[in-house]
Amino acid sequence: MIEIKNIKKGFGDKAVISDVSAVLEPGKCNLVIGASGSGKTVLMKCLVGLFEPDSGDILYSGQSFTSMNKEERKSLRQQIGMLFQGSALFDSMTVEQNIMFPLDMFTENTFEEKLKRVNEVLLRVNLKEVNQKFPAELSGGMKKRVGIARAIVLNPRYLFCDEPNSGLDPQTSLLIDKLIKEITDEYSITTVVNTHDMNSVMEIGDHIIYMYEGIKEWEGNNKQIIFSKNDKLNKFIFASEFLQDAKDMRMLEAKGKIDNDRNMDELLK
Amino acid sequence: MTFFTEFGRYLLMIRDMFSKPENGKMYWKEFMHQCSEIGIGSLGIVVIISIFMGAVSTLQTAYQLASPLLPKSTIAQIVRDTVILEFAPTLVCIVLAGVIGSKIASELGNMRVSEQIDALEIMGINTKTYLVFPKILSALIVIPMLVVISAVLGIWGGRFAGTMTGIVSGTMFDKGLLLNFQPYNVFFALIKAYTFSFIISSIPAYYGYFVKGGALEIGRASTKSVVVSCIMILFSDYLLAAILL
Repeated sequence: MIEIKNIKKGFGDKAVISDVSAVLEPGKCNLVIGASGSGKTVLMKCLVGLFEPDSGDILYSGQSFTSMNKEERKSLRQQIGMLFQGSALFDSMTVEQNIMFPLDMFTENTFEEKLKRVNEVLLRVNLKEVNQKFPAELSGGMKKRVGIARAIVLNPRYLFCDEPNSGLDPQTSLLIDKLIKEITDEYSITTVVNTHDMNSVMEIGDHIIYMYEGIKEWEGNNKQIIFSKNDKLNKFIFASEFLQDAKDMRMLEAKGKIDNDRNMDELLK
Repeated sequence: MTFFTEFGRYLLMIRDMFSKPENGKMYWKEFMHQCSEIGIGSLGIVVIISIFMGAVSTLQTAYQLASPLLPKSTIAQIVRDTVILEFAPTLVCIVLAGVIGSKIASELGNMRVSEQIDALEIMGINTKTYLVFPKILSALIVIPMLVVISAVLGIWGGRFAGTMTGIVSGTMFDKGLLLNFQPYNVFFALIKAYTFSFIISSIPAYYGYFVKGGALEIGRASTKSVVVSCIMILFSDYLLAAILL
C-alpha cells in the first residue's frame, strides 16, 4: 500500500502539486487522470523518488519514503517496476538483455535461470520470438509490452505506468490495459497508472484520482466517475460529444428509461 | 545558469559517482565496454593524425633549420621533443575531445531524454556510478595509452618522412633521438595526458547527463561539451607547462 500525505511540489514560484493526499491500495489499478500540466507526472515522479516533494510524506507499506536514506531507497526501488511513456528501453541492448538487466544487476542467478525468467515474463506479456530483436525493430505496442516485462521481471510490489497508452491504437491500448489489470490482480501489486485515456479509466479504474491544476479534485472508481457531479471532472472526461452521449445513455439506462438495446429515440428526446 | 552553479553541479556529479557498485560484474562489463569504445574506437584517427603530425614536423623543422652549421640530428631532437611535449598529448587530446566527447555527451543526453537514465534510477541503480564513472575511469586508462602510441607513431612518422625525402638519414635521425633525451618529458606528457583524459570524459559526461529537452538540446550539449573541453585542455596545458616545466 502507498499512502500519500499532503504532498506539495513546486518549481520556482509555481506550485505544481498542492496538498495532495491519497491511499493507493494493493491489488488495485490506481489511476491518476487529468489534463496535461495538471501535475500527474510530477506526482508520479515524487512517488518514485525522481523528484523530492517540498513537503508532505509518502509511505510505502507504512515506511516513510521521504525520510529514507540512499541505501534504504535503493532497496525499496528493487520492489518498484515502472513502465515509461516512451518505454525507456536501452537502445543498445536486445529485448532479452533489456529484460535480463535487472536480474543481472540484482540477482546471483545463473544465466539459464535468468533466461528462464525472461522467457516467462515475455510469455506473460504475449511476446514470442523477440528475444534477439533490438528496441528499434519493435512496434510501439511491443515496446510497451517489453517495458512491462522488464518492470515485472523482479516480481515488484509496486508498478508505475506513465501514460501506457500514449501513441498506441485503440486495440493495442486495450491489450495493454488488460495486461496491466491482469498483472495487478495476479501478483496483487499496487499499480499506479497516469493516463488521459478514458477507455483505460472505464476498463481498469479500480481507484481513480482526478488532478486539476495540482489539486486532487475528485476521487472514486470507474463506476462512480460516469455519474459524477463535479463540473471540472465532467468537462475533462466528457470533452467529446460522443462521450457525453454515452454518459446520457448510461444515465437513462440507470433510471430504467432505456433497456440494453439502447433505445436511441428515447435518448434523443 | 551561472558559472558557479554549473561548476558546483559538476563537482557534485563527480562526488556522487563514487559509491558502492550494486553488482561488481556488471560495472566491470560496462568499464571494459567503455575501454573498447574509447580505445579501439579512437585508435584509427590517432594513428592517422600521429603519423602525419610527425611527418609534417620533420619537414617544417628541416625547412626552418636551413643552416649548414646545424647537424641534421637536431631535426630529430626537435621532432622528438615537440611530439612528446605537445603534439601527442595536446593535439591528440583535442581531437579526442571531439571524437570521444561528443559521443559521451550525445549518448548520455539521449539516455536522459528517452528516460533511460530515469529507468535505471527507478531500478535502484546509482546512474552516476554506473554510467559516468566507467567512462571517466576508462578514459583515464586508455587515453594515456593512446598518447604513448601517438608519440611513438609521431616520431616514426617523422623519421619516415625524413628518410623518404632525403632530408635526414635514418642513422642520423636515430642518433638525434637519443641525444639529450630527458625522461622527465615523458613523465610531463603523461601528466598532461591524465589531466586531459579527465577533462574530455568528465565535461561531456556532465553536459550529457544533465541535458534537458530533445534532439536539438542533445546536439547543443554535445557541441558545448566539445568547445568547453577544448578550452579547458588549452588552459590546463598552459597551467601545467607553467608549473611543471
